[in-house]
Amino acid sequence: MGYVAVKGGIEAIENACRLFALERSKGESSPLGVDQIRDQLYLAVDRIMGEGGLYAPDLAALAFKQAAGDTFEASFMLRAYRATQPRLSYGLPATTEGMRVIRRISSAFKDVPGGQILGPTSDYTLRLLDFDLLEDDAARRAAFRERIFNDLPDGSEVPETFPKVIDILRREGLLDEARRTEAGQAPPDITRQSLNFPAPRSVGLQAMARGETGGMLLLAYSSMRGYGNIHPTLGELRVGYLPLVVPHPDSGEPYTVGEVKVTEAEVLARFEGQDGLPRFSLGYGVCFGQNEIKAISMAVLDRCSRSERPGCPAEDQEFVLYHIDGIEAMGFCNHWKLPHYVDFLSDLDRLRTAQQIARKEGCHADERMAG
Amino acid sequence: MLMSEWLADDANGSGSGYPFGFLDDGAKKEIRRGLLKAVAIPGYQVPYGSREMPIARGWGTGGIQITLSMILPDDILKVIDQGCDGSVNAINIKKFYQSVANVAVTTDTLAATLIQTRHRIPEEPMTAGQILVLQVPYPEALREVEPSETETRRMHAEADYGRMWLFLYEDIVRYGEISISYRYPVTVNGRYIMDPSPIPRWDIPKLHMAETLFLFGAGREKRLYAIPPHTRVEPLEFEDHTFRVEDFGGKSCSRCGATDTFLDEIIGDADGGRKFFCSDSGFCDKRSAAWNR
Amino acid sequence: MEPLIRVRGLTKRFGNGCSRCPESTGPDSETNRCSDCGTVIACNDVNFNLYRDEALGIVGESGSGKSTLVRLLHFEWEATAGRFEISREAGLGEIPGLFNGGGSSRNLLELNTFSKRLIRNALMGIVYQNPNLGLRMQVSSGGNVAERLLGGGWRNIAAMRKRTADLLERTEIPVERMDEPPSNFSGGMQQRVQIAKALSNNPLILFLDEVTTGLDLSVQARVLDLIRTLRREYRLSMLVVSHDLGVINLLCQRTMVMKNGRVVEAGLTDQILQDPQHRYTQLLVASQL
Repeated sequence: MGYVAVKGGIEAIENACRLFALERSKGESSPLGVDQIRDQLYLAVDRIMGEGGLYAPDLAALAFKQAAGDTFEASFMLRAYRATQPRLSYGLPATTEGMRVIRRISSAFKDVPGGQILGPTSDYTLRLLDFDLLEDDAARRAAFRERIFNDLPDGSEVPETFPKVIDILRREGLLDEARRTEAGQAPPDITRQSLNFPAPRSVGLQAMARGETGGMLLLAYSSMRGYGNIHPTLGELRVGYLPLVVPHPDSGEPYTVGEVKVTEAEVLARFEGQDGLPRFSLGYGVCFGQNEIKAISMAVLDRCSRSERPGCPAEDQEFVLYHIDGIEAMGFCNHWKLPHYVDFLSDLDRLRTAQQIARKEGCHADERMAG
Repeated sequence: MLMSEWLADDANGSGSGYPFGFLDDGAKKEIRRGLLKAVAIPGYQVPYGSREMPIARGWGTGGIQITLSMILPDDILKVIDQGCDGSVNAINIKKFYQSVANVAVTTDTLAATLIQTRHRIPEEPMTAGQILVLQVPYPEALREVEPSETETRRMHAEADYGRMWLFLYEDIVRYGEISISYRYPVTVNGRYIMDPSPIPRWDIPKLHMAETLFLFGAGREKRLYAIPPHTRVEPLEFEDHTFRVEDFGGKSCSRCGATDTFLDEIIGDADGGRKFFCSDSGFCDKRSAAWNR
Repeated sequence: MEPLIRVRGLTKRFGNGCSRCPESTGPDSETNRCSDCGTVIACNDVNFNLYRDEALGIVGESGSGKSTLVRLLHFEWEATAGRFEISREAGLGEIPGLFNGGGSSRNLLELNTFSKRLIRNALMGIVYQNPNLGLRMQVSSGGNVAERLLGGGWRNIAAMRKRTADLLERTEIPVERMDEPPSNFSGGMQQRVQIAKALSNNPLILFLDEVTTGLDLSVQARVLDLIRTLRREYRLSMLVVSHDLGVINLLCQRTMVMKNGRVVEAGLTDQILQDPQHRYTQLLVASQL
């Protein structure tokens, strides 16, 4: 068979897309409702919003469905959608004291003002497959909800807001506060400029807030396990709803436009203060939705980036910030699937030439031995 | 209850569907062999094929595997976390054990046959008939000076501990004293430097020449080690900078009045008022019960 | 007089070797690399004695094998072949199995790593050309010296700091800088910290590997002067590796000249410099002095 030029590219691509959509709709199962994903796979939705950098639960659920469960793809879609949206305003700086808390714990103290509120968490579940879930239906759910709400004990109401645990340490002078050189200035916007190093802390925090959870966990884990010099303690972890306040477009007055669910982690590690006294320094992590692994990892990495003597990849700010963006990483990883045959041909040529040279020299050696 | 009774019970369908003690026989044998080797070489970290448990890595799977490999139906179990029987982690683990082994539980240190603990040793000295199982997050004492496992294994094999001693020397030069708080390195049986797990310094002396067997399990890092009874366990120290335990400055427990236990510091209200309580809640319970009688 | 150490047939080979290696390498072939099998012979069949209280110079260019020799004797590299024995007078009788009844020890090159480390700590000190090899730059200078003491079983901080202060004073380093890391020091000072560290355990043998190469001439002179003084004071045996005949002449009574892994000439330093016999030595002397 003679050589046939590779043609029909566009058709192949379209068919590939159709096949992908077909894979997603195979079988006898009913189509997933976006509302079902949003409500029942809410942690995936939270993760996607955090990595996409856009707080939009319905869109995140749609992306998750469209991507057939691939969180990289779904975050990517959300990020791409975000890029099409005009920026209307910047939220005013907020502290999480105003957070409507659903979960709040501290590992640094046995008990704290306001109490240890465990909230909804899988931390204490036994990871045994629950085959009862195979029979999940509306009736069972209603019965389950009824059982919970009927059994509520009478007791004091949990307060809506809680004081910060780190304030306790702050009052005792045990906390080393980073110098606030950026206070009063508008924070740099990493979506409008490329990264330069050394990057100011708010740039690092922005980048990590939309970083990929697994990548950040990997780096933070390497530090926790021993490659780093930080021994962190979790000062406080919160999950809750933070009011979003923007300046009114006309009057400039603060105006609450809604609330976003966030997870916040504050990690304490020993540090030598400016005055030579040992103190605790703070590592800070925050992200959209309930994503505790990411918030804790982010706090650890934030602290690592201020290491007095960087000794491992997690403490190298450039290494961390360049490699934690999921959209960039997955894109580049996937790009190896693009045609590289011109590049490769060039490589082949070099390799063949080098082999020829090596063989010729080998020949000469043989001749010497023989003669 | 005897094992034969439990098995008969289980056969009637009243069990949880898992073998007694959750782990299969092969896993139990492997862990027990590992423990025997650990006992034969005090302070040496024995690698083993750590299994995944229904409880997360980092939450005590090493201690859990040791307990499950040894537990019998007539054992009386105590589980504590940071000294407390009622802590979420301890409760969770007990829940798990009761569903796969249904043993009796107690909060009384002296009444237990088997005690599993995270980061504390009970205040009351344990006997030769009891075993203490400690949960270990970092089995490697030398990790502070060397991140590579390959290298730390060589250092242990050759008793090449110079860098650990150097680390302590530098600490003293910089801070005037050794700054290590929990996970204080000890020399076991005059040979291996060992990480006693994140117990406070307060608990280190309890390991030395004790009556009871101490077993250490690191599930995520996949290591087992042990301190047999009557073994020398000596904290690394210098002649002129000796090992010191935490100083509570004469404070006492607000509940039972003890002045000789490790105390937890509780922040009372939003303005920072402090109170102190025995970390060993079971011991505190006993003392305050006796006091109030 | 009994030599302190005896070295026979010391050889280091990188590669599998073949029957033609010995002939196709060496000073006559002007190469270390065997043309047939590609094996590199770093040093071949080196023999010498080192006596108490004497300095032996090893001079040659790069590739001569002089640094390899030090690496082998300091137990950093595994030798391919050869014997390295110490005399009973070195005082290491308490190491079990070392002396099997004889006046001379077993072949040290065959001991396990644990024993080698004990011997190295008790018997040897080393100073490298590159201070990064000999010192931990992130640790205080005092800590660097203390590491050897700790390895030798010292457990008293005050005593260690006193000994360290004495050594730093002896090597002309300001004692108040004891707690600073060597990375804060000049090149000459870093070399002196290495010397202090090397002397901390009262070694019998000091290895000096190109220790002044790369330093300014005035700094060189000061360091060499210090070494000479210390040698007399502590009655050290030294193995001085250098490509600089001036350094060798200053420090060493006897010298070995190496080229492409072989010893081409050996004898009293004076004689070698004034009346070199081997063609290569003649070249060296002519080009330098």
